[in-house]
Amino acid sequence: MTELSTAVPEKVEPPESGGPAGLRSIKRLMQATELDTRLLGMLGALAVIWIGFHIWSGGTFLTPRNLWNLSVQTAAVAIMATGMVLVIVSRNIDLSVGSMLAVVGMAMALFQAEILPDWIGFDHPLTWVLTLLVGLALGAIIGAFQGAIIAYVGVPSFIVTLGGLLVWRGVAWWMASGRTIAPMDSNFQLLGGGSEGTIGGGWSWIVGIAASAGIIALLINNRRQRRRFGFGLRPTWADTAIGVVGVGVVLGAIAYLNRYYLPERLAMRRFEEQGLAFPDGGANISLGLAYPVLIAIVVALVMTFVATRLTFGRYVFAIGGNPEAAELGGIKTRFNTVKTFALMGVLVAIAASVQIARLNAATSGIGQLSELYVIAAAVIGGTSLSGGIGTIPGAVLGALVMQSLQSGMVLVGVDAPLQDIAVGFVLVVAVAIDSYFRKRSST
Amino acid sequence: MTAETMPRTPLVEMRDIRVAFGGVHAVDGVSIDLYPGEVVALVGGNGAGKTTLIKTLSGAHKCDSGQIFVNGEPVSIDTPRDAKEYAIETIYQTLALAENIDAPGNMFLGRELKTRFRTLDDSAMESAARQVMGRLNPKFKNLKVPVASLSGGQRQSVAIARAVHFNAKILIMDEPTAALGPAETDQVNELVAQLKAEGIGIFLISHDIHDVFDLADRISVMSQGKLVGTVNKADVTKDEVLAMIIMGIPPGQATESDLEQLHD
Repeated sequence: MTELSTAVPEKVEPPESGGPAGLRSIKRLMQATELDTRLLGMLGALAVIWIGFHIWSGGTFLTPRNLWNLSVQTAAVAIMATGMVLVIVSRNIDLSVGSMLAVVGMAMALFQAEILPDWIGFDHPLTWVLTLLVGLALGAIIGAFQGAIIAYVGVPSFIVTLGGLLVWRGVAWWMASGRTIAPMDSNFQLLGGGSEGTIGGGWSWIVGIAASAGIIALLINNRRQRRRFGFGLRPTWADTAIGVVGVGVVLGAIAYLNRYYLPERLAMRRFEEQGLAFPDGGANISLGLAYPVLIAIVVALVMTFVATRLTFGRYVFAIGGNPEAAELGGIKTRFNTVKTFALMGVLVAIAASVQIARLNAATSGIGQLSELYVIAAAVIGGTSLSGGIGTIPGAVLGALVMQSLQSGMVLVGVDAPLQDIAVGFVLVVAVAIDSYFRKRSST
Repeated sequence: MTAETMPRTPLVEMRDIRVAFGGVHAVDGVSIDLYPGEVVALVGGNGAGKTTLIKTLSGAHKCDSGQIFVNGEPVSIDTPRDAKEYAIETIYQTLALAENIDAPGNMFLGRELKTRFRTLDDSAMESAARQVMGRLNPKFKNLKVPVASLSGGQRQSVAIARAVHFNAKILIMDEPTAALGPAETDQVNELVAQLKAEGIGIFLISHDIHDVFDLADRISVMSQGKLVGTVNKADVTKDEVLAMIIMGIPPGQATESDLEQLHD
């Protein structure tokens, strides 16, 4: 018996050293779950902002109605920020996205309001698709054109897109001599959200359940891949915890947003349209996810896939990390730059369609200053302007943080100049905190 | 050249290579060659043109004139991709690593393994990297962190692993041990001997003859863009090579007094 007891070595805990026990166990938890600390930090900051405004506004910020509006307002900037991440990661910048948005928006508005009706008539069911295709193609062409000047002529992206900022804004005015183009096609309008442009409560649940299934499938696939090559597995409890939290957040968000109901007047009209009597006690019709939000979510997922799973994304990061190494590795770095800017153009086109659909009109002034919000969202989201570092989910969160600040300040009635001061302040502070922690973690 | 190697076709022959930057002739009519299983040291002071010459072989620079033959066939190497097609792999002095990407990502940079859906197969790349690393630097285990946080020796292993994994026939090593400690230098030297035994031809570039003298079969000396000469290591002393490097004296012509001057 004595032999047995000596043969089994007792597990000796390493001597506890420094720091309160709570911090250490959090650290251990983070290591086991392999979660991105920066992303968690941003989620924490977002929680602080939300709760702060909720208290300050006397309990109106965290209502389903306000969060639903917030989600719609964030969509356009979030869509563009996902592309800006790749542009900045590859050591470039795109200052022209706001003006490009105006050109592409004007082009899509003119196409659906003044060109297509002559060919296929008003309110044709294909109008929105054709318009969207024209917009996407135009965005890709403008982006690729600027990218080609940057890559093959060698003009710095700052200059090329600064020129683009001026040129495209002028072109947008010149396209319709400054007129406002309205209204948009009735199907196209749905892309902007609004009370009609949502998928409804039922479909929102289906999206939520599909997303939950996706989270679980990803976790399982990850384990399978690691087992295939005999790498160490993340502890089962950690995977389970991530799965439970992830699914919980997704379904909780859907449940909460679904509590935003159609205003009674609109609900009544819907019942009338279907020839039904409006119930006496009123009816709760959930709006569910708005189309622009759904589009932003899909864009974020696709862009995450592009950035992390495709060679194109890998090359963007390699070029940002060490352009010479990328070149010597045999990567066609110039063509990659053209592709990056073309992709940015496509995303601008998607954002433009959301924007003009929401306004139900296009003017040459749309998208003004949005280049700055897009860049700020990417940077708040942890994208490093020196290149090589950045994530898509971070940029989306960055967009959400910025929009939350702005909406919150409007909600509590902060003066407009003060709003700008606050947003500018937060931008600088966020980057300062980020670079402080980055420096500390690298030593 | 020994009688044994004479009749064979050289693995690489670079003939009359010229590269000019503006009016400066960085490489001025240099011819060198390399046989299978041979280590040719390319030595010379700073600015002698060694790296520029070798970059025309690795595809990083185009040469203005001259010809390159691989296995006796004339080839044109315009990009790093072309060089890799001919199984020419290069370990650059700067290592050419993307700091923000992990070791497997760097090893396969530009030649990623893909799944059947055309996506990156990170697990397969990690697995291959672990295999190569098990041979080169078994102590190096944390492959999944960005290269920026690795030690000098580990970074060197990543650069070497990249060249070795793709079955190089011709290996170019530019100052491979310049940034390494003694233990790591020994490791690299062992590897050179091992690769040589496998029949790989190696160009070893160094500004310091002491680093490469023991490993080399032949030594080509460059000075101010020109080839001073190529000698069999067996036929010369370190001092004679030093005379070639420092004074540009062609092989066999150094006098006793020249050699004495070296040590003043």
